[in-house]
Amino acid sequence: MDLAALKTQLKNFVQSMFEEGVLDNQFSQIQALQDSTNPNFVEEVITLFCNDAERIINEINRNLGYQNVDFSNLDSYVHQLKGSSSSIGANRLKLACANLRQASDERNKEGCLQALQLITCEYCLLRRKFQALLHLERSIVELETNQK
Amino acid sequence: MGMAIDRDDTQFHVLAVDDSLIDRKLIERLLKTSSFQVTAVDSGSKALEFLGLNNNDADDDEEDEQRDSNTESVSSDEDQDHQDLGLGVNLIITDYCMPGMTGYDLLKKIKKSSSFKDIPVVIMSSENIPSRISRCLEDGAEEFLLKPVQLSDVNKLRPHLMKGRSKDIDSSHKTTSTRLITSGN
Repeated sequence: MDLAALKTQLKNFVQSMFEEGVLDNQFSQIQALQDSTNPNFVEEVITLFCNDAERIINEINRNLGYQNVDFSNLDSYVHQLKGSSSSIGANRLKLACANLRQASDERNKEGCLQALQLITCEYCLLRRKFQALLHLERSIVELETNQK
Repeated sequence: MGMAIDRDDTQFHVLAVDDSLIDRKLIERLLKTSSFQVTAVDSGSKALEFLGLNNNDADDDEEDEQRDSNTESVSSDEDQDHQDLGLGVNLIITDYCMPGMTGYDLLKKIKKSSSFKDIPVVIMSSENIPSRISRCLEDGAEEFLLKPVQLSDVNKLRPHLMKGRSKDIDSSHKTTSTRLITSGN
């Protein structure tokens, strides 16, 4: 596939993520911060985000595994995940965090477990799409480098 | 009459404080894109450490008494020392919600410091809580930005930095010795 076609494919792919509500405008802001002086910015941010999100989801899982759940601890984790999601433009994941926040506020363990399932689901979907996105990005960079 | 050449006058230096790795990366990129020099730290206490404020208050009083007996323009010399320690920070931008010391706590400490109270402080938060916002603004924050921070928000910071810069120039004209300091780049 040629460079122009790849770029179009990437653009359409990101657009579809916007349309599905998986990503919001904040992600465009991040893309706009990538330039020749910072050619890997998007990849770096996505990598940081995924590592962070996985760490937090694991912690929340662990927390909810206890007989007596420490809800204030849980609050702190949800806040972090919601913040990161918002910063990268992960719209649906951010909304899923709001669910967990609510259940945690109500000290509703069962509700929290359900909300966590949704979060995990949304995160896995997002990660899959990010991986596809990065694959496209890398192919583009490779082609551009070869053409020089 | 002397001249104080102690920092690169062409670039503003912003100290960014945020416990979130992603947010730190973003704010750093936003600030650098706007041609600011950036130091990013992950906590209020690290910010104070960078400025040279941690546990220094007691020591300062002793130094004051020593100095008073020998030099003329004491207060501006001391201010200059602290400014140099802080490596010429022109603005502090901090997250509100951080473990340990919140951004609000940091704001209060900076406003209480004789050396740093004139540095503009901007607070960021992911939560839009009016009472929180007004409290920060009343207690000395120049701006309160809602996260995620945009490039347009960063552009709003420039006037505050210009304000801080003209104060620097005023106080540096008061020093009577020639000082050549390299601000660690």
